[in-house]
Amino acid sequence: MKTLKIILVALIFAGAVHAKEIKLLNVSYDPTRELYQEYNTAFAKYWKAKTGDDVVVDQSHGGSGKQALSVINGLEADVVTLALASDVNAIVDKTHELPADWQKKLPDNSAPYTSTIVFLVRKGNPKGIHDWNDLLKPGVSIVTPNPKTSGGARWAYLAAYAYALETSGHDDAKARDFVKQIYKKVPVLDSGARGSTVTFAQRGVGDVLLAWENEAHLAIKEFGADKFDIVTPSLSILAEPTVAVVDKVAKKHGTTEAARAYLNYLYSDEGQEIAAKNFYRPRNQTIAEKYAANFSRLKLVTIDAEFGGWTKAQKTHFGDGGVFDQIYQP
Amino acid sequence: MSSIKFINLENNFVKRGLGTKKARVLPGFKLTLGCTLLYLSLIVLIPLAAVFFKAGSLSWAELYHDVASPVALASYRLSFGAAFLAALVNAVFGLIVAWVLVRYQFFGKRFIDALVDLPFALPTAVAGITLATLYAPNGWIGQLFTPLGIKISYTRIGVFIALTFIGLPFIVRTVQPVLADLDSEIEEAAASLGANRWQTFWRVIFPVLTPALLTGFALAFARALGEYGSVVFISSNIPMKTQITPLLIMTKLEEFDYPGATAIAAVMLVVSFALLLSINLLQWWSNRHNTASLS
Repeated sequence: MKTLKIILVALIFAGAVHAKEIKLLNVSYDPTRELYQEYNTAFAKYWKAKTGDDVVVDQSHGGSGKQALSVINGLEADVVTLALASDVNAIVDKTHELPADWQKKLPDNSAPYTSTIVFLVRKGNPKGIHDWNDLLKPGVSIVTPNPKTSGGARWAYLAAYAYALETSGHDDAKARDFVKQIYKKVPVLDSGARGSTVTFAQRGVGDVLLAWENEAHLAIKEFGADKFDIVTPSLSILAEPTVAVVDKVAKKHGTTEAARAYLNYLYSDEGQEIAAKNFYRPRNQTIAEKYAANFSRLKLVTIDAEFGGWTKAQKTHFGDGGVFDQIYQP
Repeated sequence: MSSIKFINLENNFVKRGLGTKKARVLPGFKLTLGCTLLYLSLIVLIPLAAVFFKAGSLSWAELYHDVASPVALASYRLSFGAAFLAALVNAVFGLIVAWVLVRYQFFGKRFIDALVDLPFALPTAVAGITLATLYAPNGWIGQLFTPLGIKISYTRIGVFIALTFIGLPFIVRTVQPVLADLDSEIEEAAASLGANRWQTFWRVIFPVLTPALLTGFALAFARALGEYGSVVFISSNIPMKTQITPLLIMTKLEEFDYPGATAIAAVMLVVSFALLLSINLLQWWSNRHNTASLS
């Protein structure tokens, strides 16, 4: 009787091991839809070849801040791939579901691909916008989402601020005034990057969209090269969208190994190539060279060097009563 | 005369019911009241209490800072103002729609009747995107206004239009049954006693409709206050200008500022409750006034 039981249990386990299907939930931000659609298929193939297991990755997309909030409120993400480190930090602070030093777990600050903020203008650039200071020309109307809710918008805000710092000899007051002038010319503040792209591209609002580089390329692909031009400013910010395994959730789901491999594979040649094809700047130099035509050269400042890291920048600029709030104070 | 009789009966019943304790005709009072309280607690009271509980974690100074900041005050003005105006416009035009649907026979009446419910059924985001597209400077309707220098999408007018859209069915559906119950004989009687058309409407029909109209107004107003999905698409969401209070609450939540968000939510709750209560009182008063003058 006992042996029968053991055999039965062993059989069940053997069966389970044989046809293991792993489910991962990747909670990501707005413009990565196309990237992860392609990457998930590639990873599933790689994982099947390596371990024999099937892996199905479910995706969730939305404004980066909103996505972090969902995870904090209990959405069981195995991995998060968000627009900026401060949104992952928020998850750490509120839930402790991943360690405080999460950003050191993967190479390059846990950012396997980078991006930056560029301008999308109407075809032929009728308002003659070439750099950040052109945005303040009379009659130019600017579309960008609300930095309080959109990760991309925060990068755009900081890029403008960095430009003003660099051109004014690091005069903080002048930089504040510069971003203030910019946001006075924003007629619509959407809550996410995709919303702003739609407002600019489909509703015909504004002369320039401050866009993620990949989102700008995507808009051209989607709506036609005869409608818009991409303008690269002289200086912008190195945006590092970060990825992390939510340790406690993955442990609970028994997906730790797959979740880690899922993020690690983003650094592989294939992962980097997919990122580059979707207009994210790859970390791998060889692949970056191969796709150099897609990425114009410009001066890129980092958040750590220019703003003293996310925690500080978040508090000074986007916190309650911060610089961004002051723009709209009467 | 059926509806007036009904009101009278109800009134008498209430009067009689007040003095006597065992005069209940229907059994099961305790059971149903118990069910009501339990249900209301689970669905309404506990979540609302949680709002106040969370907001209570702030000190008075912090609370004041959050709920009385210029940005918050501007958002209350827009939210309450636009919701009130939208409900008011709906009260007028909703009444006309209900009147037409009840009193006249015409081709396509059933179709129009069904159309009225659409704002109920349509996901609000769809409504918002549709309205924003139509009224955008390059949209079908918006481009007619652009030469006149009038912008609709991304302004307060856009917010008002979205709130009007979602509020319409409330007025029509509350007024319609009352109007259907109203015998046209009263109007004939009024006319035979020498009232002109305006007097007939204003002195005879309108007083009977007032309670239903007020209920519809209160529902449309309350619905518009809480509306989020459609407004965020048609509004430009600029603080101090076109940011509605529900969006301000969302923004605070996305900044992980739970107490701040709930503090503003609590202000909205208290003010809405006070407004709805006063509308109910007004309705009760008009009901009494109305039956007293008729009986």
